[in-house]
Amino acid sequence: MIQIEKVNKWYGGYHALVDVTENVAKGEVVVVCGPSGSGKSTLIRTLNRLEPIQSGRIVIDGVDAHGARVKLNTFRSHIGFVFQQFNLFPHITVLENCTLAPTRLRGLKPAEARDEALTLLDRVGLASKARAYPGELSGGQQQRVAIARALAMRPPLMLFDEPTSALDPEMVGEVLLVMRDLARDGMTMVCVTHEMGFARDVADRVLFMDAGRVLERAVSSDFFARPEHPRLRQFLSDIRTPFPVAA
Amino acid sequence: MTPIFDLNLLLTGTYHDWLLSGLITSLSLTGISLALALHLAIIIALVRLSPVKLLQWSGFAFVEAIRNVPLLAHMLFWYFGAPELLPTALREWLYARNVEATSAIIALTLYTAAYMSEDVRSGIRSIPGQQFEAARALGFSFVASMRLVVLPQALRVTIPPLISQTLNLWKDTSIATVIGVAELMYQAAKVESASFRSFEAFAFASACYLGMSLLITGAAAWYQGRFPVRAA
Amino acid sequence: MIELIDTYWLYFLVGQYPHGPLGGLALTLILAVLGLLFAFPLGLVFGIARVSPWRSVRWPVSALIQIVRGTPLLMVVFWAYFFLPSLTGQNTDQFWTMLVALVVFDAAYLAEIIRAGIQALGKGQTESARSLGFSYLVAMRLVILPQVVRNMLPSLVNQFVSTIKETSLGYIIGLTEVSFIATQINTQVLTRPAEVYLLLGLTYFILCFGLSRFAFWLERHLQQRTMAKAHA
Repeated sequence: MIQIEKVNKWYGGYHALVDVTENVAKGEVVVVCGPSGSGKSTLIRTLNRLEPIQSGRIVIDGVDAHGARVKLNTFRSHIGFVFQQFNLFPHITVLENCTLAPTRLRGLKPAEARDEALTLLDRVGLASKARAYPGELSGGQQQRVAIARALAMRPPLMLFDEPTSALDPEMVGEVLLVMRDLARDGMTMVCVTHEMGFARDVADRVLFMDAGRVLERAVSSDFFARPEHPRLRQFLSDIRTPFPVAA
Repeated sequence: MTPIFDLNLLLTGTYHDWLLSGLITSLSLTGISLALALHLAIIIALVRLSPVKLLQWSGFAFVEAIRNVPLLAHMLFWYFGAPELLPTALREWLYARNVEATSAIIALTLYTAAYMSEDVRSGIRSIPGQQFEAARALGFSFVASMRLVVLPQALRVTIPPLISQTLNLWKDTSIATVIGVAELMYQAAKVESASFRSFEAFAFASACYLGMSLLITGAAAWYQGRFPVRAA
Repeated sequence: MIELIDTYWLYFLVGQYPHGPLGGLALTLILAVLGLLFAFPLGLVFGIARVSPWRSVRWPVSALIQIVRGTPLLMVVFWAYFFLPSLTGQNTDQFWTMLVALVVFDAAYLAEIIRAGIQALGKGQTESARSLGFSYLVAMRLVILPQVVRNMLPSLVNQFVSTIKETSLGYIIGLTEVSFIATQINTQVLTRPAEVYLLLGLTYFILCFGLSRFAFWLERHLQQRTMAKAHA
């Protein structure tokens, strides 16, 4: 479904993505992890062209994401993107957040959009908050609404850019639960995340990035049980033992 | 066949001299008012920050009274209204001298100082109170603490908005036309009515205003690059 | 002072109406309201253009805004006064000249207020709207601008205060707004210029100070509402 071919990106003189080549099949759940500054957020943002690329190709469902002729807005409406900072629209209600795009971009009638939105909100456990404003919700609740908002466009692909990094620890679980259910229902997902438990239990494959390169890619069980690249080994050990006990 | 734009008009001759003298007058008005306004602004800002409630309130009333009245009305008051309130001897002396320019400078100084005092006050308040406390704890008086510790730091924060106010002052000098000061706008209008070459006259004036504005904005950008604000 | 008010209050408020065109304070207010009303949509367009992702839109608009902001309002009024007739092919009266000048001038300043508001919102809102598939302009209309306008309401009221003060420049082209009327009264009375101009200042003060207090209250009220919703 996604073909990333020799993608390179520079921020001025800084080489942010170096010859990245990957494929994601339909129905796959891929997690991208790595230290901060490794380029993982940059990579996922190039997928829906929030960031431009200087060379290479990204083809999603047959469409060249960075092509000159592509209808960008239509392309983006077929991809669901969930941000680290949720980015709900604070001036309208939760329900309106979820019906705004479907009514105007998918051409749904307001009543249909409302019903679909309520179903989705129920699925993420927030139907009771439909009439509330985003400012009244906790971080975890806002992120779940953000997921429902993205799902309301019925996208075949969902992208998650560190969806739980801005949340207090006790709210991380509720969001990961929603993402796990989504994966079980067969959604194609690419997630940038630090949540290794999620990666191990839900992801099909895991990619490890550092300094703009994908250093290792493996089926999730192999990734954690038999890491090969030395940087990956270092990374995993840093995560497992954040406070090394003095010898 | 007169050309659409006669550049010679601006470069030589009587009209050129008129316009140039207007430019110099505008620059002088700006310079004098700026020097006076800066000092007045700092005094007003300190008055508003003093612990004495009456002083605070008077400072507030002073600033608000000036800011909420247009500069044109200020000029009209100082030129038409204020001399009447002076004792006869002083009034005669004033009229013998340049009463127009004096009124304009008073109006411009007060108006600009009122706005600048707000920027100075914000600048001082942006310096954490602990700095002032530390100075007082060392034994310095209110004024000395301000002068030696707070104001030097506040200055860096305050310079960019002050430069922006200087730009406003430069543009505001144009309003002195209304009380007969022979600054740039006045001279441009004079050239226009004498020669009917409105385009050249106003193009010259516009170029002067814009040129000076660009210079001032450039100075602000340079200052912020050269002297960035350093917090603890 | 009381007899002054007693004799001239109607003239001061409405000019020669109904025996002539509307003038005085009424004209000042109408001019200010219309000026801001027309400047707002223009300022919106300029502000959005200023932050748009296309250079061919951004640069010309930014240049225009910088030029207008570097020019005194009086200059803009003179350009309108001398060149509007040739543009429209007919003699433009002072009211429309002043209105055009105010609209162009205020639109440039409003554009900056809007731009600051859009940038203060952060790119997260734009990115999430665009990621859903909305075009740039639709995202502006549905998501960005509703929030920006709400946040900028106090600044807009302050801009209205500035516009009221700006109307005073109509004096110079003979528009019978309140400053002009005050001078007319002064030429009739002759012996009390200080009182006349103090009254003029007081009028502006009451109007503008009242409005800026409203802006202040509005800012606090809006902040409290946001706090209340967040803690609901």
